[in-house]
Amino acid sequence: MSELTLTVMRLGFLAVLWLFVIVAVQVIRSDLFGTRVTQRPVARRPEPQPAQGQAPPQSRRASQPQQRGRQRRGAPTKLVVTEGSLTGTTVALQGQTITLGRAHDSTIVLDDDYASGRHARIYPDRDGQWIVEDLGSTNGTYLDRGRLTTPVPIPLGAPIRIGKTVIELRK
Amino acid sequence: MSSTSNTTVSTAGPPSRRNTELAMLVFAVLVPVLAYANVGLAKDESLPAGMLGYGLGLGLMAGVAHLVVRRWAPYADPLMLPLATLLNGLGLVLIWRLDQEPEITRPALGGPMAADQLLWSVVGVALFLGVLIFLKDHRILQRYTYISMVVALLLLISPMIPGLGDEVNGARIWIRIPGLGGLQPAEFAKIVMVVFFAGYLMVKRDALALASRRVMGIYLPRGRDLGPILAVWGVSLMILVFETDLGTSLLFFGAFVIMLYVATERTSWIIFGVLLSASGAVFVASTNQHVGDRVENWLNPLARINDGVTETAQVMYSFGSGGLFGSGLGQGYSRLIGGIAAKSDYILATVGEELGLAGMMAVILLYALLIERGMRTALAARDPFGKLLAMGLSGAFALQVFVVAGGVTGVIPLTGMTMPFLAQGGSSVIANWALIAVLLRISDTARKPAPAPAPSLDAEQTQVVRA
Repeated sequence: MSELTLTVMRLGFLAVLWLFVIVAVQVIRSDLFGTRVTQRPVARRPEPQPAQGQAPPQSRRASQPQQRGRQRRGAPTKLVVTEGSLTGTTVALQGQTITLGRAHDSTIVLDDDYASGRHARIYPDRDGQWIVEDLGSTNGTYLDRGRLTTPVPIPLGAPIRIGKTVIELRK
Repeated sequence: MSSTSNTTVSTAGPPSRRNTELAMLVFAVLVPVLAYANVGLAKDESLPAGMLGYGLGLGLMAGVAHLVVRRWAPYADPLMLPLATLLNGLGLVLIWRLDQEPEITRPALGGPMAADQLLWSVVGVALFLGVLIFLKDHRILQRYTYISMVVALLLLISPMIPGLGDEVNGARIWIRIPGLGGLQPAEFAKIVMVVFFAGYLMVKRDALALASRRVMGIYLPRGRDLGPILAVWGVSLMILVFETDLGTSLLFFGAFVIMLYVATERTSWIIFGVLLSASGAVFVASTNQHVGDRVENWLNPLARINDGVTETAQVMYSFGSGGLFGSGLGQGYSRLIGGIAAKSDYILATVGEELGLAGMMAVILLYALLIERGMRTALAARDPFGKLLAMGLSGAFALQVFVVAGGVTGVIPLTGMTMPFLAQGGSSVIANWALIAVLLRISDTARKPAPAPAPSLDAEQTQVVRA
């Protein structure tokens, strides 16, 4: 066996070993950011690049919530954050439960001292009506002016306030 | 994410990540196969004959484990199984590679060991599968808190029983099972003891955390709360004195202090723990001959003993000859360390010599990633028992890696423990596969998506009002 082959083999094996480590770290990285952020190519005004690009866009497909025919007329299709540090973020409503809170596995991770780890959740009931429920948060969840004590259906456009963040459902 | 009006956040696909695990597993099987071919080409200039069988064996093991995880723990962590498989596979290659050295494969030293180690690995994976299938929920273990304590203590003292125990290289940590060979019960006691610690601390943590007096900036716990920590300290000292097993006693006491700190968030426990273990170590090192020798070797590795250098010095030489990128698999001289220790306690010396600093760092990173996944599981777990159990298991694993790697590299005195998964030794491989299985079970529970909210009765009753 020539010296050259042995050297290539030796360095090649080290490279493969390190490649495994790097791939494993990539898996951990994708595991940390459990939510997928997509940028839609809508340009209403010149956008500055997202400053704190903590979750880079993993897929650039445009989401088109309008073309879903299953939902009733007048049913909300997206959840929009209207105030707070996440202003402008939208979540397509596709029948899944949306959790809000500071916990990293929440659908919407709130960076807000007034929010609890698992603050509230928004889910559809059997008729497709969207319900907001406070999960025993410290500072409460407010729908319009009233503090939530039980799960309550959300009217279109009604502001839900969690700490400094306000979200609402839109068509 | 400031004022971007066109960002959409949606939950990313099914979070089970089993396909990622499968891809990583394939990778984790291919790396040892490559290493195997590498050793064969370097030593005999041909691909080793058993390469296909060995690769298939490892692949089959990993495949069955993957299918069982897919079926019984679908949301478990995707990295732990591949990392454990890779470490186990690398260990098998290294042992097989050392088997090729006639000097340390004499029948007097036990002959070739790779085949036995593969058998032990299969038993380990079988236990892994058994734990995953039969332990449906880790919280069941909580019911057996005090039984675990008794079992762990029995396992620990079993090597002391005459006729059952067996003294090897000055440490009485083995039991003989007729027809099967030796077993180190301490490896299993590690897991069982952590179950006891987790169950005990979950109940007592408020008393331990809150009832304390503040003296000079640190919280002094009450005497009656100090009892258990002193008891565990005493037990670990007793192991040290009677079995002269420095590593295991450090492991036990260290795991307990880690879990105590996690349960109570009180730094004073760490100060107490370090003080107690330091005083215990100094006491034993000055009274016990065997431990004293180890400390002496650590302080003066280059001293000549019996007309030769110490093993610590030999390990240092092999690291030095490896350099940055190593001599290449199969081309080192770690056989010169002599005896059986090259395959067990000193297997890291072979890694350091043949893969160099770069390979050594990669292997240590593999351990670090495995431990990180364990701690991540502890963070994600929702119940306090699961948190403490995951933390204790990964903490014990981390301590074991530190004690062995630190001992081999000369950071701390050498102790007779085995590098998990890598080193030759049946009990270690079996026990660590079981440990990984418990961690996977906790992570499956922790990562499982919450069930859909049940239709609330209140809503039914107030329907008229709502309409």
